[in-house]
Amino acid sequence: DLNDKAGQFFNSGHTNNWAVLVCTSRFWFNYRHVANTLSVYRSVKRLGIPDSRIVLMLADDMACNHRNPKPATVFSHKNMELNVYGDDVEVDYRGYEVTVENFLRVLTGRLPASTPRSKRLLSDDRSNILIYLTGHGGNGFLKFQDSEEISNVELADAFEQMWQKRRYNELLFIIDTCQGASMYERFYSPNLMALASSQVGEDSLSHQPDLAIGVHLMDRYTFYLLEFLEDIHPSSTTNMNQLFKVCPKSQCVSTPGHRTDLFLRDPGRVLITDFFGSVRKVEITMETINLSSPMEPLPER
Amino acid sequence: MAIRRLKHTRTHAHACMLQTPLDDFQEELVIRPLHSGDIYASFQFRTVWDADFMGDQKVSHYRLFPKSLGQVITKFSVRELHISFTQGYWRTMQWGQPYLPSPPGAELWVWFQDTVTDVDGTWKELTNVLSGIFCASLNFIDSTNTVQPSASFKPLGIGNVTDHSFLRYATLPREIVCTENLTPWKKLLPCGSKAGLSVLLKSEKLFHSTFHSQAVHVRPVCQDPQCRTTSMELRQTLNVVFDLHTSGQGKREWSLFKMFSRTLTEACPLASSSKVYVDVTDNPQFELSPATPLLTQAVVLGDRRTYSVYDLTQQASFGSSRSLNMLLRWKAADGEMLRPLLHSERYVAGYGLQAGEIHTLIYNHHPYRAFPVLLLSAVPWYLRLYIHTLTVSSKGKDNRPSYIHYQPSKDRERPHLLEMLLQLPPNSVTEVTVEFERALLKWTEYTPDPNHGFYVGSSVISALVPSVVAMDTNSTLDRPLFSSFFPCKEEASYFMRVYTEPLLVNLPTPDFSMPYNVICLTCTVVAVGYGSLYNLLTRTFQVDEPSPGLAKRIANVIRRFRGVPLL
Repeated sequence: DLNDKAGQFFNSGHTNNWAVLVCTSRFWFNYRHVANTLSVYRSVKRLGIPDSRIVLMLADDMACNHRNPKPATVFSHKNMELNVYGDDVEVDYRGYEVTVENFLRVLTGRLPASTPRSKRLLSDDRSNILIYLTGHGGNGFLKFQDSEEISNVELADAFEQMWQKRRYNELLFIIDTCQGASMYERFYSPNLMALASSQVGEDSLSHQPDLAIGVHLMDRYTFYLLEFLEDIHPSSTTNMNQLFKVCPKSQCVSTPGHRTDLFLRDPGRVLITDFFGSVRKVEITMETINLSSPMEPLPER
Repeated sequence: MAIRRLKHTRTHAHACMLQTPLDDFQEELVIRPLHSGDIYASFQFRTVWDADFMGDQKVSHYRLFPKSLGQVITKFSVRELHISFTQGYWRTMQWGQPYLPSPPGAELWVWFQDTVTDVDGTWKELTNVLSGIFCASLNFIDSTNTVQPSASFKPLGIGNVTDHSFLRYATLPREIVCTENLTPWKKLLPCGSKAGLSVLLKSEKLFHSTFHSQAVHVRPVCQDPQCRTTSMELRQTLNVVFDLHTSGQGKREWSLFKMFSRTLTEACPLASSSKVYVDVTDNPQFELSPATPLLTQAVVLGDRRTYSVYDLTQQASFGSSRSLNMLLRWKAADGEMLRPLLHSERYVAGYGLQAGEIHTLIYNHHPYRAFPVLLLSAVPWYLRLYIHTLTVSSKGKDNRPSYIHYQPSKDRERPHLLEMLLQLPPNSVTEVTVEFERALLKWTEYTPDPNHGFYVGSSVISALVPSVVAMDTNSTLDRPLFSSFFPCKEEASYFMRVYTEPLLVNLPTPDFSMPYNVICLTCTVVAVGYGSLYNLLTRTFQVDEPSPGLAKRIANVIRRFRGVPLL
């Protein structure tokens, strides 16, 4: 029984977790996209992925924006209940650095030699990567900073490059934009699972505005995703089938979609913490160790 | 009230590790009430380390000095590094002079060792590495915004180098400062944000202020008056000004809790000295509690000021509640503020999107002394300066600078660099004017939000300002950190740096939706015009019988069987 549980624990085959979280929108009225990304960042950090394994890209600064009535905060719930920005945040790409070129370079690893480690995705073939994109999108494209776009074909090709260079073990792709399902239509590399907040032809809607801040705080899909993730803790055994049920049409108004045909394992056996949390290697021992016995000093060299 | 010189003892390394160089950490907070009702708090954290970064022995054991910075210094052969991140603009006329001036945005200037062969390449790599350490977009520093000042940025540490090819200076006026920059800055401190003065550094209060500036300064310093041994000094400084109305709720009463939403409970255990100074020179107007018997006088910014000192290494400072929360309550209105001697303003004049003028005004408020100042302006290449229109005038008369260093810009490669040594007459305004023309950028060079405008970095004015009180020239004496930042070579004057406002200039911006509009319009014209003509020329008309009703169709089928002609 113990061996069976241990076997289940080591079933996934990955040894480290990475997360690439991207907010592609600029300007104050797109506050909700930054709040979306920061709430996923917060959940991922809480479940154990350290800052050195997270590449966070925010296209604009909302927290210290001069329009923000409460500086150094980004709220996800109205009445300012939850500050997702927090006191300990490290943004790797910010402002004008969030471009399609930089995003693709981070994914494929083709960065200039002087790029610091915190800005690189140093994943290997045993890494599970979570990629979260949010912003304004359309049928087959995602808009970056109101000046350029990434198409679903480019994204699929980038993932294929990652697969051929052995840069991931399994990859979970979540996108929260209008017509988000079009972004994963063209994927063709193995071991990819994708979730989107709306189908082709549907718009993803925002959740609720806060009258003091004056803008909408979150998008619906990510709001309910955050609520779902708040119940997950590092040792929880919730699997992906529950994640697919997040935000049904009654709450989200749009129909969330998912794609698992390229994924080799059964989604019912994939834990949420395989992507959102961090692996801790645990060795099960049967012998008891007495911690209160006196320590023996090491022999002098 | 006794005035005591407080000595600090160096923290010596453990006896069995004598080969590791000695390091020492001091922390200090100065609180200075300002005449406008606001309050100015200045933190300084100083680590001095005897390690020889340029010697043969590789430095590998780090204790108080942060390893990330130490590795950067060794790898890029940096002699001095000064980086600051500022939000807001320092209002000299309302607040007086800051202890540590800084321009809005990010500023980085570095003196490299003379062993570096490719300074530009090393500078580019250094900015990339620093952008990763401080979570800032410092990788946007390249040759288009880097200059080599020839006189304004002399080394602040020891060094007789006069070869300015090892100096690089760059500013990013658009750079924002937020918690993501404060987090890695706090992680460089020996005690992190867990103990000592750094527990007060909470981002929600610090960024809700009129002025916030955090900086890191690394330089070599002398250990003794003869300068036989040198050590590396790291100073992390944080200056913040809290506004009377937004943070103070309009009431002129300040306390540590009101400013930072925290109180002090202990000193950093790794610090050899941990002190809080409160400027009580204007004492009759306000009352400070808890009272402290320790008072010290220091000469800073050309004035002798009196400070109440709270020594956090003494348990008695915390009283019975085990926490220290200073309270300053005002009883009477303030008197006159000491007028700052040097002050400057800068603005853009003109109209339209083609030409304009940059005006820099430098004020000398000293009643009878004239003194020289060095003005440094770095203007981006897309504002084409016409240097033949440069005029400098004081009190209406022409004032010729005694030294001008001008490096013209090169499109897309170098910015303009203008350095001048100006003599400011007493009690006067000196106006420097230069005309410029705006360039048209290529469409890929526009930022995603070009209608916001383009920034021109602050001008820097460096001067030795005459001092009212004799300055202390002995740099190795034990002095509070805020008075020992700038080296003092003579008694009659002190060094000051003043930054002007950055400029926001609109460049002629194209309408980026035009390519899409043009394609739509052209395709419509082609479709309607050519398509109609083609149809007219090639369409033929045929007579077509309408399809018969059902009865007739059945009758036609029967007739076909019978072989009879159809209806």
